[in-house]
Amino acid sequence: MIIGLEHYLIVAAVLFTLGVAGIILNRKNVIIILMSVELILLSVNLNLVAFSAQLHDLTGQIFALFILTVAAAEAAIGLAILVTYFRNRGTIAVEDISMMKG
Amino acid sequence: MSIATAFFYLFSIGVIASAVMVISARNPVHSVLFLILAFVNAAGLFLLAGAEFLAMILVVVYVGAVAVLFLFVVMMLDVDFAELKQGFLQYLPVGMLVGLILLVELVTVVGVWAVAPQTVLTTPTPGGLSNTAAIGEVLYTQYVYLFQAAGFVLLTAMIGAIVLTLQHKPNVRRQVIADQNARTRASAIENKKVPSRAGV
Repeated sequence: MIIGLEHYLIVAAVLFTLGVAGIILNRKNVIIILMSVELILLSVNLNLVAFSAQLHDLTGQIFALFILTVAAAEAAIGLAILVTYFRNRGTIAVEDISMMKG
Repeated sequence: MSIATAFFYLFSIGVIASAVMVISARNPVHSVLFLILAFVNAAGLFLLAGAEFLAMILVVVYVGAVAVLFLFVVMMLDVDFAELKQGFLQYLPVGMLVGLILLVELVTVVGVWAVAPQTVLTTPTPGGLSNTAAIGEVLYTQYVYLFQAAGFVLLTAMIGAIVLTLQHKPNVRRQVIADQNARTRASAIENKKVPSRAGV
């Protein structure tokens, strides 16, 4: 049995779903939300790499590299904001961040 | 069942089980550790797909930098996580519903893909190169401007993180190089007339 594109796509789909479910389930804990975003980006990377291997085209892997870069930057900025917020307010509950009525 | 198939299933089950534990673990430190496990398993999947360079980058960047950053923050912030966990059961039905709908939609898309695979357009690869060399050939020629832009994104993130977290405390003495250089003998040394047997 050969591992085909569908197998990778299904794994990535399950991973993406778990990431979205994690955002909804852990709506109070912003750290877990950030980790769920990382999971979602990982599933996107998995899709890109699988298509890149299937199509014999390196562009997918280049894009995965750029997504990796953006994910790292996003994690750094998000955690910096989190640390600043905790320093000012003493909590990281997402529900309290309602000053802008968003 | 070949070795590659067995490894594919091993890594897939590993990454999915770790993802489940990431979103359901009670202790956030465990969440981060399971996130690391998920990244390592995903790196294995990348290896199976032939993307060796990305697999190594995933281990280095995600496990080495991002996950450790998460671990630092989780351990540094003294947060009452039991209180944050309270709404989990309340959000469980809607979360499961959204997740289920999303999964069905995505699997439907994949199913269509499996039914009509002739839509795949194959393009030739540069032959005789390793994965890393081939990525370099493409990245530094065709995508060099995007590569520079990615560098700027990282620079911005670095400066932003420093600006956000740097704080000046009022009563901490700091080194001022200009003041040190501006000192002269006249301003630094002072002659004192010390009386005999009196001390300074």
